[in-house]
Amino acid sequence: MKDLWKIFSKGLLDENPIFILALSLCPALAVTTTVLNGLTMGLTVLFVITTNNVVVSITRRWINQKVRVPVYITSIATIVTVAQLVMQAYFPDLYKALGIYLALVVVFAIILARAEVFASKNGVVRSFCDGFGMGCGFTLAMLSISIIRELLGNGTILGYSVFGASYNPALIMILPPGAFILIGYMIAGIKSYNARREAKRLKEGEA
Amino acid sequence: MGDYLTLFIGAVVVNNFVLTKFLGLCIFFGVSKSFDASVGMGMAVTAVMTLSSILAWLMYNFILVPFNLTFLSTIVFVVLIASFVQLLELIIKKQAPALYNMWGIYLVLIATNCIVLAVPLLSVESSYSFLKSIVFAIGSGIGFAVAIVLMASLREKLAYADVPKALQGMGIAFILAGMLSLAFLGFSGML
Repeated sequence: MKDLWKIFSKGLLDENPIFILALSLCPALAVTTTVLNGLTMGLTVLFVITTNNVVVSITRRWINQKVRVPVYITSIATIVTVAQLVMQAYFPDLYKALGIYLALVVVFAIILARAEVFASKNGVVRSFCDGFGMGCGFTLAMLSISIIRELLGNGTILGYSVFGASYNPALIMILPPGAFILIGYMIAGIKSYNARREAKRLKEGEA
Repeated sequence: MGDYLTLFIGAVVVNNFVLTKFLGLCIFFGVSKSFDASVGMGMAVTAVMTLSSILAWLMYNFILVPFNLTFLSTIVFVVLIASFVQLLELIIKKQAPALYNMWGIYLVLIATNCIVLAVPLLSVESSYSFLKSIVFAIGSGIGFAVAIVLMASLREKLAYADVPKALQGMGIAFILAGMLSLAFLGFSGML
């Protein structure tokens, strides 16, 4: 049980797909203009990565090593298409807002990487935990980026006004340059936090 | 004619895929450390994108539309592009080993890249004609090449700058990309 928790929790911070591994950045920048879009994208990826990890893990014994990557890609593309069709049917507005980026979930490096690195070598339960943890880490990152961007760029969270009418929104945060600059500072922040934690650990080790 | 020019310039600068739509960021940040590599990458992406757009257009209009299978376009395009790039790699390796030694590595990197998938998908979605989708693909490729070459030149200069420790590496690269993107935003009033 503790082992499973470890597999799950490493995706949240220590190996966070966006901030630490710097994989699948396109969506993190593109759809995080509002919290709703960011959250939807995060949950879609959570669904795809978990399902794909389970599928890959179940089928790992029958798939020839030489053709595994095309097989993984086809499996991911199928799951993404299912997600796309469901969203199109039940949440047409969100489907429109996410646009092309929803289809591009197929080529997110993080999903293929988890299939290749983890699910192809581990059992179903462990692979599920790994995918779920990575997906949660991804969703968490999307959520934090989109909260900052919507708050500063529009003065709202999920459409509700936070700062009141007198707030003059910093439009740049919603525009593309703001996304790049914000992620740059967020990566720097996490890097220096990790460096400080590491230094503390070393110091405690000496004492 | 004017139509095509607008589409082309739009794809190169105004709607630059990297800096305004965030596509192809993995290679944009990964390969922009040296100028020579970035030129190679830019060319490889342009070539692959153009060829795969042509293939995807033919596939979509002659197979998926007649059989009413357009909802499968994502799957079909991914498999099509990935296998096409592999094929291209094999052919170049056999026919032009010198070329392969120079650019082969980039081909592997772009086999499943979002920018190469996005361009055919977008041109199908906007139902461009055959010629238009080619112009769009070439423009997008050149836009990508311009962005990555600019970025690589800046990063080579950056090596001499005194960057705060936490920002070194990815951090400053993102902020730099933000500045570039700000500059490209200036083009938005052009069309």
